[in-house]
Amino acid sequence: MTPTPIRFYQVGSFAVGNRLLEEELRTVQSDPRRANSLDRGHRACQGCGEALGARYALDAAVRATGGDLVAINATGCLEVFSTPFPESSWRVPWLHSLFGNTPAVASGVAAALRVKGRSNVRVVAQAGDGGTVDIGFGALSGMFERNDDVLFICYDNEAYMNTGVQRSGATPPAARTATTEAVGPEPGNPFGQGKDLPRIALAHGIGYVATATVADLHDLEAKVIKAMARHGARYLHVLVPCPLGWGSQSRDTIRLARLAAESGLFPVFEAEDGIVTSVRKIRHKVPVEDYLVLQRRFAHLFKPERRDEVIAHLQALADENITRYGLVAPEEVEV
Amino acid sequence: MQPPYAITLDVGSSRANKTGAWRVERPVYVDRLPPCNDACPAGENIQRWLYHAEAGDYEAAWRQLVDDNPLPAIMGRICYHPCESACNRAELDEAVGINAVERFLGDHAIARGWRFDPPPAETGRRVLVVGSGPSGLSAAYHLRRRGHAVTLVDQAEELGGMMRYGIPAYRLPRDVLDDEIERILALGVEVVTGRRIDDLAAEKEAGAYDAVYLAVGAQIGRRTEIPAGDSARILDALSLLHQVAAGDPPLLGRRVAVYGGGNTAMDAARTLRRLGATDAVVVYRRTPKEMPAHADELADALHEGVQARWLTTVKSFEGGRLVLEKVRLEGRDVVPTGEFEELPADALVLALGQDSDLSLVEKAAGVAVEHGAVSVDDAMETGAMGIFAGGDVVPGERTATVAVGHAKHAARAIDAFLRGETLAPPPRHPLATFDRLNTWYYTDADRQRRPELETARRRSTFDEVVGPLREDNALFEARRCLSCGNCFECDNCYGVCPDNAVDKLDLAASAAAGRHYAFDYDYCKGCGICVAECPCGAIDLVPEVI
Ligand SMILES: Cc1ncc(C[n+]2csc(CCOP(=O)(O)OP(=O)(O)O)c2C)c(N)n1
Ligand code: SF4
Ligand SMILES: [Mg+2]
Repeated sequence: MTPTPIRFYQVGSFAVGNRLLEEELRTVQSDPRRANSLDRGHRACQGCGEALGARYALDAAVRATGGDLVAINATGCLEVFSTPFPESSWRVPWLHSLFGNTPAVASGVAAALRVKGRSNVRVVAQAGDGGTVDIGFGALSGMFERNDDVLFICYDNEAYMNTGVQRSGATPPAARTATTEAVGPEPGNPFGQGKDLPRIALAHGIGYVATATVADLHDLEAKVIKAMARHGARYLHVLVPCPLGWGSQSRDTIRLARLAAESGLFPVFEAEDGIVTSVRKIRHKVPVEDYLVLQRRFAHLFKPERRDEVIAHLQALADENITRYGLVAPEEVEV
Repeated sequence: MQPPYAITLDVGSSRANKTGAWRVERPVYVDRLPPCNDACPAGENIQRWLYHAEAGDYEAAWRQLVDDNPLPAIMGRICYHPCESACNRAELDEAVGINAVERFLGDHAIARGWRFDPPPAETGRRVLVVGSGPSGLSAAYHLRRRGHAVTLVDQAEELGGMMRYGIPAYRLPRDVLDDEIERILALGVEVVTGRRIDDLAAEKEAGAYDAVYLAVGAQIGRRTEIPAGDSARILDALSLLHQVAAGDPPLLGRRVAVYGGGNTAMDAARTLRRLGATDAVVVYRRTPKEMPAHADELADALHEGVQARWLTTVKSFEGGRLVLEKVRLEGRDVVPTGEFEELPADALVLALGQDSDLSLVEKAAGVAVEHGAVSVDDAMETGAMGIFAGGDVVPGERTATVAVGHAKHAARAIDAFLRGETLAPPPRHPLATFDRLNTWYYTDADRQRRPELETARRRSTFDEVVGPLREDNALFEARRCLSCGNCFECDNCYGVCPDNAVDKLDLAASAAAGRHYAFDYDYCKGCGICVAECPCGAIDLVPEVI
């Protein structure tokens, strides 16, 4: 009989914690003394993925830096729901300036800390997808180019949610937004547009680029912690479902992030020094339809009649990701 | 404090904003009834003892287990484990090997010499238990733990009933049986063996017992009229098994037919192979599908070289020749075809069912017997006040595990009776169904299998066929449990709340209350993510009442 490896913990590698797991193998979030960087009482919608992603990421960054950290925040939901002055949910030093200048402010803070000899204090910048891929893009590209010592985190909910769900450069094709209505022969956001910021960041040749979702906490925390161990410009792109903008059930936020990754629509990978060093393999592959049907922003693909060709187009995009990043273990690739 | 430049107000905390007011549904922690527990005839809290075993705390697991069933090493061998048939994990890959882990715990307890806690106090009440099979022994155990004095009477020379005289040693080694019986007796049970009680009511009276538990089982093999010559060797399966168990196996020859399709028929046929029969042929009038024998038993029998004739009845037995008739099925009905065949045979073993010898209650006023079984109410009490019955003598499925369950139930009722109370049935939680689980979180893990004795050695010895799990794969197997409907502290609810509205309580302090997390309803917005992401379905979302 072959000996059975005993390191099996029932849910160890997927759940937040686990009483059977050694403390150091549990997530930061399972720690009763976690920082709770984003405290209760914030005004995000029920089931907000962005609120969740921000706490996940910043708590991990606090753990990694021993709390020597300052967060720079772009305008957007994360800023508005957390800090209606004078109340704030932030329990870390936090700075907000404008919608478009977050990378520049973060670069400035990092430079100031260096000048003051306080380079032990680390800088994390955070913004929504609009603040990152659209209006903040020029400043971000400069921050990358100068290799400023900032971890920039984009919480991607795939539209301008704070102002009422307008399309951004990260909105997926076919999705309905306030500015891409589900009307006409090609309803929703057109195919062939938009920006793939993780790959753009990679093209800048910066030291660390990674993607993550709120559905895989172990993976997300490991990436934040790894990023904080490095210096220079780093970029983390986190998929954060938005029940309001996506027209989904508030309880399905994590489920949707999981389906986005499991379908291949959102590739989860990590690149160091310009090279993709690891990908998170799909565990149980699902068709994109499983992901789409749960969201009202894609309802026009199913009602009044099914738009099979559009669904197939989205499936093709997922399959492209699967091939590009090798998201499925070789023996599971369908021929 | 003077605010710094350009700041006009102190920074306040968002905790001033009680977002709980937005909520229309609230999450609540619940305990659901796991399907294994629901299916266990002995009423074991399987999920709970697995929970302790998962942590490697085998003693806590064993103690939780024996709260309901004092015979884990035995049941871990002979139980037909309906728990595994009900197990939710079967829908994922394969059921958890509950029976194998139970046996591991039972063997582990024997090896470590773990003993039962003595009763907290003696009540001075006396209970007569008649029959020392799984039901009688379990009743004695549960009654002793409640402090009642127990006298255990059996007509056989040794205790154990069918576990000693019916179940072959290759399924239940006798040292295991002896060890688990001894541990019960060590609680202080007065044992009388080799004594047959003829009149139960008179015995109760004469012995001044406060209550009686009747568990004499079903020990008489059912016979059927088969025309047979004088020389034909016909005996019933129970006698065969009894004689083998008593160390005095009958000489039946090399070609033996077994008539019947139940577990006893399988036991008899497999025993015959071990006694040297080259041809052990089971004759059954229906097909394997209708067979009352457990599928595993049939598979093992066939594996050991037992042969089978389906859709066949025995017509006569003369001069070393068995005349068989082919039959066909019309629904459940067996219809003769008039087509005959012969089977050379040295002996015929009848395994056609068993009856209880209930002559001891003939004179007991109030004890009703219907279709050969003693009638009892929900509390296992007969029509005669203070006389309870269980196991194979009452109607229902006849298995050792059912018998153990009857005993637990009856002991509770007897205890209530002796205290002059009425038994309130414990509340039943709704079932933890598969659709409530979020199986994403469970690690893939193959079921661990127990080793089996090679076939050659099964033909010549009564050595145990099914071996044990080792400690490492027993632990692994325990951890395959999904903990259906009961929190196992995975921290998901604490982690996944976007509002940080779940508190993780101090483990030591909260262990007593059995809760490790608490919702902060001042801030919980009722989004339901914790409900959706709870792996085991231990959180409900219920509407707020306004
Ligand atoms: C220069 C400027 N233009 C427009 C706005 C209005 N505005 C505030 S937040 C926002 C959209 C934010 O979208 P995103 O960055 O994706 O963050 P989200 O709210 O989706 O998290 C806009 C358009 C602004 N504050 N400043
Ligand atoms: S609109 Fe979307 S991102 Fe903004 S608070 Fe609501 S759920 Fe969160
Ligand atoms: Mg956005």
